[in-house]
Amino acid sequence: MSTPTKEAAEPASKIDMKESGGGGEIPSFDVTLQVRRYDPEFSDDARWDEWTITMYGTDRVLDALHKVKWEIDGSLTFRRSCAHGVCGSDAMRINGRNRLACKVLLKDLDTSKPIMVEPIKGLPVEKDLIVDMEPFFQSYREIMPFMVNNSPAPTGERIQSPEERERFDDTTKCILCAACTSSCPVFWTDGQYFGPAAIVNAHRFIFDSRDDAGDMRLEVLNDKEGVWRCRTIFNCTDACPRGIEVTKAIQEVKRAVLTRSM
Amino acid sequence: MQVHKYDVVIVGAGGAGMRAAIESGQRAHTAVLTKLYPTRSHTGAAQGGMCAALANVEEDNWEWHTFDTVKGGDYLVDQDAAEVMAKEAIDAVLDLEKMGLPFNRTPEGKIDQRRFGGHTRDHGKAAVRRACYAADRTGHMILQTLYQNCVKHNVEFYNEYYVLDLLTVDEEVTREDGTTYMQKKTAGVVSYDLANGEIHVFQAKSVVFATGGLGKIFKTTSNAHTLTADGMALAYRAGIPLEDMEFVQFHPTGLAGLGILLSEAARGEGAILRNSEGERFMERYAPTIKDLAPRDIVARSMANEVREGRGAGPNKDYVLLDLTHLEPAHIDAKLPDITEFARTYLGVEPYTEPVPVFPTCHYAMGGVPTNVKAEVLQDNDTVVPGLFAAGEVACVSVHGSNRLGTNSLLDINVFGKRAGIAAAEYAATAEFVDIPENPTAFTENQLNAMRASTGGERTATLRTELQETMDANMQVFRSEETIKEALAVIADLRKRYKNVQIQDKGKRFNLDLLEAVELGFLLDMAEVMTVAALHRKESRGGHYREDYPERDDENFMLHSMMYLDPESSTDGTTGIRADTKPVVFTRYEPMERKY
Repeated sequence: MSTPTKEAAEPASKIDMKESGGGGEIPSFDVTLQVRRYDPEFSDDARWDEWTITMYGTDRVLDALHKVKWEIDGSLTFRRSCAHGVCGSDAMRINGRNRLACKVLLKDLDTSKPIMVEPIKGLPVEKDLIVDMEPFFQSYREIMPFMVNNSPAPTGERIQSPEERERFDDTTKCILCAACTSSCPVFWTDGQYFGPAAIVNAHRFIFDSRDDAGDMRLEVLNDKEGVWRCRTIFNCTDACPRGIEVTKAIQEVKRAVLTRSM
Repeated sequence: MQVHKYDVVIVGAGGAGMRAAIESGQRAHTAVLTKLYPTRSHTGAAQGGMCAALANVEEDNWEWHTFDTVKGGDYLVDQDAAEVMAKEAIDAVLDLEKMGLPFNRTPEGKIDQRRFGGHTRDHGKAAVRRACYAADRTGHMILQTLYQNCVKHNVEFYNEYYVLDLLTVDEEVTREDGTTYMQKKTAGVVSYDLANGEIHVFQAKSVVFATGGLGKIFKTTSNAHTLTADGMALAYRAGIPLEDMEFVQFHPTGLAGLGILLSEAARGEGAILRNSEGERFMERYAPTIKDLAPRDIVARSMANEVREGRGAGPNKDYVLLDLTHLEPAHIDAKLPDITEFARTYLGVEPYTEPVPVFPTCHYAMGGVPTNVKAEVLQDNDTVVPGLFAAGEVACVSVHGSNRLGTNSLLDINVFGKRAGIAAAEYAATAEFVDIPENPTAFTENQLNAMRASTGGERTATLRTELQETMDANMQVFRSEETIKEALAVIADLRKRYKNVQIQDKGKRFNLDLLEAVELGFLLDMAEVMTVAALHRKESRGGHYREDYPERDDENFMLHSMMYLDPESSTDGTTGIRADTKPVVFTRYEPMERKY
């Protein structure tokens, strides 16, 4: 990124077109969706519900959930908003892996078997696929997720080189969906662990050349519930819908704890 | 019923709401009510950039930016407001940088800037690099940075609280000449806690609406499922007019069939549009700035190519966005997210294949009328004390009949900040207005009726029918015939809406119930939009009437103002009174809009 903007050659006014784009009718197919249901207002027990529905080649798991909610069972409950992987509302366990329901195309799953959908793990389930996000955001708030700069503000912008900006680019992509944190076995067994997402957001500031509070964040994360609980299992990296190298970011924070503040 | 008391209540936690909260929270006892967790708001989906005449990479100034905004809006922009926005843009960007926003940088370490549609050097001479950006996730970075600063300043959020009613009281006021009028005053809002279904009343001296847009009125849209016109509908039902609702922006480059946004930044970085014959057709429609013409022009040109049989694909129903002449490394550096959208959702590799695109409903230029202080108006000039609006829900009007790309991220920052300051300053001296009797009666009756209904209609069925008729009849080409067709369908849907039956009877996280409520907002606003479109017998900006293809300054250089009025019955649009408001001119005379 941040390469100096260079003038691209003017593209041709007219080119020969190959026949492009798709092959006519979008194929349809049947999928069976199994969803873990829970509503403590009516029962203390969770159950599995199953529906078989007809879907299309461009449909995502979120579309299947909507089809059930809108046409069959209005009580099926899940969060969603943007529906294209940037708002972070619809993290859930799909066939045992943490994914955003709006980013998983049905055709990419094995539709000969039921698609299993469960809430993300490690956070209290409120209803069906909705979990209590408060503990997750509590950890996020504790790592001071905001820039601290103690020097007097210049009239213009603070100067930062493209290389300095690139240093923390990866961790600025986080959408706080909790897919990483709730995929972490350490977090499942110990909800006190800060978890990958909080560390990713600490990383975003620790490695920002404009920030002055890196040492304070490292101190927070040097806690017994901090970075040292990470066992480099890489579930978080696999789960991240934004492609952030989460485990690598955690390793960089560990290294910073050792080299910077100790 | 629980009652809370705050100096300032902000409704909505997207860019405008959180920018307001950062200001208000440091000055007054402030609460933010938001139906989503703040970081889920749709500001985060904005991609390309935020324009400000920093002149970091080439000569630029705020006056050129003002001119482009006015011309881009086809002269329906209030020029005093556009000037405020373009001037304050520079500080708005610098504020964000100081809050920590990771803008892309120039080799000298300054904020980098790139081209964007309709933004030009010296009144249209050539495209200018004005958009400050963070890769193609500028909106994401703005949303995150504002949320981070809300955390820093301990802003108090009520997450997943839906606001379902605006509480105002009317007071008779006598003018100097002895005549009287009814003055609205702000008392607070009624809110529904999604987690348990409880109703809360928030009494507040100041209420700021920052609830976003209405994209879900249409089927093909870049908007989130949650953009259901809530704030506009609540204001309208409370007797506040809505301004310029006929003007909806259709973004040219939605992924074909899905509507997911591919940023204009793609074209800013050099991508071009081609038809099925491989022709760069924008050379015909906008010879000077071609693919970087404003969105209304590009969207209409695309739809016209398809109409005239030059659409691509098996059904000839889309055109192609060609990035294949760009270096893959350049694409990865500047446009990583949107190229991934093309791969994920259409299976198209943008390095080597052109991407199927078609216009998608993107932005409401109209909304709740405000002045430049973000104060809401109850008619053409009477302020409602204590009521403010900012962002897409509001109409200042800085976008006129067509918003320029990046000016929405700018709008939320400039007017969000103004709203937050104004709301807190008003609260510092104002008294609380007494909450009206039975403040929750309307909301509770509405919800109870929905819970009890056995009418058998499904929310989703009605919503789909609404969206399909709006796509068919109210998209980039409109005529009296299509508008009346849409009105007839909406009238039928409104009758059927009374019979909506929900299945979820519980109190916890009852989104089945809330979707039914949201459908009511959509139907109200679709009707207002369609009636406004019927009245505007001209073509301007995003509103194109095939039966009136020319701009008509003599009769229509006016904002439309739509009032809820059960007494009104004109032109087959019972219940809505159509009025107008003069446009504010300062320095630019209307000219023909050519690019």
